[in-house]
Amino acid sequence: MTALDHAEIRAMGPSLTESLRRRYFSSPGNTAISLVGGALLLWIVWTVLNWAVFKSVWTTPDGTSEVCKGIDGACWAVIHQRGRLIIFGLFPYEEQWRSTLACVAMLITAILSCVPWFWNALRLAMLWVVGFAIFYILMRGGFLGLLSVRPSEWGGLTLTVFIYAAGILVGMPMAIAFALLRRSELPVISGFIAGLIDGVRSLPLITILFAAALIMPFILPGWLQGDKIWRVIFGFGLFFAAYQAEIIRSGIQALPVGQEEAAKALGMSYFHRTTRIILPQAFRNALPPTINQFVITFKETSLVVIVGFFEVLASGNAAYGSGEWSFAYVEVYVFVGLIYYVFVFSLSRYGAYLERRMRVGQH
Amino acid sequence: MLKTRKARAWAIQIGFLAIVAFLLISSTLVARDTLHAQGMNSGFGFLDRSTGWDVGFSLIEFSPFDTYGKVIVVGLLNTIFLGIIGIVLANVVGLTIAVFRTSENGALNAIGTLYIEIFRNVPIILQAFFWYAILTHLPRPKDAYNLGEVAFVSARGVYLPGLNVTGSSALIFFIALVLGIFFYIWFTSARRFRSLTPSAKKNGKLTIVGLVLVIAVAALVMGRIPETNLFSIPTLKGLNIREGIRIPPEMSALAVSMAVYGGAYLAEIIRAGFLSVGKGQAEAAEALGLSPWYVFTRVRLPLAFRAILPTLTNQYVWLFKATTLGIAIGFTDFFSVISVSINQSGQTLELIAILMVGFLVMNNTISFVLNRVNKAIKLKGTQLRT
Repeated sequence: MTALDHAEIRAMGPSLTESLRRRYFSSPGNTAISLVGGALLLWIVWTVLNWAVFKSVWTTPDGTSEVCKGIDGACWAVIHQRGRLIIFGLFPYEEQWRSTLACVAMLITAILSCVPWFWNALRLAMLWVVGFAIFYILMRGGFLGLLSVRPSEWGGLTLTVFIYAAGILVGMPMAIAFALLRRSELPVISGFIAGLIDGVRSLPLITILFAAALIMPFILPGWLQGDKIWRVIFGFGLFFAAYQAEIIRSGIQALPVGQEEAAKALGMSYFHRTTRIILPQAFRNALPPTINQFVITFKETSLVVIVGFFEVLASGNAAYGSGEWSFAYVEVYVFVGLIYYVFVFSLSRYGAYLERRMRVGQH
Repeated sequence: MLKTRKARAWAIQIGFLAIVAFLLISSTLVARDTLHAQGMNSGFGFLDRSTGWDVGFSLIEFSPFDTYGKVIVVGLLNTIFLGIIGIVLANVVGLTIAVFRTSENGALNAIGTLYIEIFRNVPIILQAFFWYAILTHLPRPKDAYNLGEVAFVSARGVYLPGLNVTGSSALIFFIALVLGIFFYIWFTSARRFRSLTPSAKKNGKLTIVGLVLVIAVAALVMGRIPETNLFSIPTLKGLNIREGIRIPPEMSALAVSMAVYGGAYLAEIIRAGFLSVGKGQAEAAEALGLSPWYVFTRVRLPLAFRAILPTLTNQYVWLFKATTLGIAIGFTDFFSVISVSINQSGQTLELIAILMVGFLVMNNTISFVLNRVNKAIKLKGTQLRT
C-alpha cells in the first residue's frame, strides 16, 4: 500500500470496461440514452455518407445537368462544372492561374506566420506586407504583358481572401493605436476613442460596410474617395480594429503594473516602453482571443456580398442560380460551407494549440 | 511654454479637438456641396412623404400610401420581433447542446460536439441562404405538408392557426404580456411584498395576473376584424392556403439560422458556466436528497447563469445584430427597410443616421437592461464558490 503514490493510483484509474460502463451504461436510463443517441449518430453518418458519396454523381461528361436526373444522392457535377466560377468569380478565364498563384502566396504567408521565427512585430509585419504585395501585384497585373484586372473585377474565393487580408492589415495598426489611445492619460483623447470604439462595436458590421460604401462618397472630396472596394475594406478594418483594440487593451490590463513602472524607473521613453515592454507581453496575453477574432473576422468577410461584391458566397449563389443547375443548391452551399469550414476549423485548431503551448510556458 | 507636463497635456488635447473639428466641418462642407450638386434637399421632411412601395412582412397594417416614417417603424418592429424570437430559440438550442456537452453520457457528448463543430464554423449568412433555399424549395401550397389540418408547411411559408385580429392589437397583446411579466417580477421581489402574509401574497399575485390578462384580452377583443370568425384556421382552397397566420420563409430562415448558429455559440458559453459551478455545490445538493431535476434547475442552472450573464449579454447584442441579414434574403427588417428607402428617396445621410441611432439605442438598451439584471442577481460578498 505504501508503495503506491498518487500518480500511480491515478495512472491505474478505472479499467476500460469500467469507464465504458460509467460513460454509457451506468443506469437503465443512461443505457437507453446511449442506445438512442448512438443510433441517431449512426443514422446521421450513414445518411450523409449515402447522400454525399455512395449515391452521388461527381462529373458531367457533356457539361449539362442531364447526368443528375433521377439520382438520390448529391450532384457534385455542379461543382465540376461551376467550380471555377465559385473559386475565381468573373476573373478572366485565361488569367485564372494568376488568381491561383496569388491565393497560394497568401496561404504560404499565413502558414509562415505560424512559424515561431516570425513572431516578432517587425518580421511579422514585413512578411504580411510582402505577401500582400505579391498577391496584389499578381492579381492586378498590367506589367510584363500581364492583362490588367481592376479589383472590381476580382471575385470568388480570391476576393474573400483579399478583403480578409487587406481588412486585417488595415485594422491591426488601427487596433493598436486605438488600444493605446484609449489608455491615454489625457481625458479628451481617451474619451473620444472610447466613444468611437463603443459606437462601432454596437453597430452591425453590415451598417458600417453600408455607410462606407454610401456615405464616404458624400463626405470625402473626389480625389480621396478611391474605388468602392477600398472604402469597404476601410470599413471592414475599422470594425475589426474596434474589437481587436479591446482585446489588446485587456491584454495590457492583465500585465502587472510593475512592468510599466519598472520600465519608467529605468528611464525608458514612452515609445520604448510601449514597443519593448508593454505590447509584446500584451500580445502574448491576448493571443487566444486574437486568434478567435481572426476566425470570426474570416466568417464576417461573407457579409460584403450585401454591398454588392462577388465574393465566394455570391459566386456560389450565381453558380446554381442560373437555370439548369437550380436544383443543386444544397451541393453548392455545402461546397462553399466546406471552404469556410476548412479555413475556420484549421485556424481555431491552431489557436487551441497555441493556447496549450502558452500554458506550458507559464505552468 | 510647453515645458510643464500640464501645459503639454492641454496643448495636445486642444490640438486633437481641433483636428476632429476640422474633419467634421470639412466633411460637412463637402457633403453640402455634393448634395447641392446632385440637387437634393437635406432634412427629415421626407419622413412624411408616402413611400409608394409595399413591404413583404409587417406586424402592423401597412400600405404603399403610408409614409417613410411608418415604414421605418415597421422595419424596427420586425427587427425586434425577429430578434426576440431568434434569441429565445438560440437559448433553447444552446441550453440543450450545453446539457449534451456536459452530460456524463458519451453518446450525448458526441452529438453535442458534432453539432458545435459543424454549425459554428460556417458563416451565419451562408446558413441563412441555405435555409432560405431549403424552405423555398418545399412543395407548393397545393401539395403542402399537412399537419393535422390545422397547420401547413409549404414553399410560401408556414401556416399556423391564429386569431382574426388586427396586427396592432396583437402587438399590444404581446407588449402587455411582456410588461406584465416584468411588472410581476418587480412587484413580487419588492421588499414590502415579501413581508406580507402568504394569503395576501397570493391575492396580490392573482390581482396582477388578472389585470394583465384583462388588458391583454381586451386588446385582442378591441382589434377583432368584424364579420369574421374569432379563430382563423388555415385551409387549402384551390391552389392556395387561405386564412391562418403565414410565417414567410424569409422570417423562418432567419429565425432558424439565428437559432442554429447562435445556439452553437451560446452552448459553449453555457457549458463554460456549468463547468464553473463547483462540483461541491451539485454534490451537496445531491447529498441533501434533491432529485436530479432539482439539482439542475435550482442549483446548477442558477449558479451557471450568474457566472455567464456578462458574456451572454455580449452574445445577445451580437445575435441581435444578426437580424440585419434580412436584406440578404428579402426580409423587411430595419436595415433592409432603410436600404430600400435610400434607393427610393435618395436621402442617404439622414437614413443612415436613423439606422445608426436606431441600432445604438436598441443594443445599448439590451446591454443596459441585462447589466442591471446582472447587478441585481450577482452573488454578493466573498463567498466560497467551490
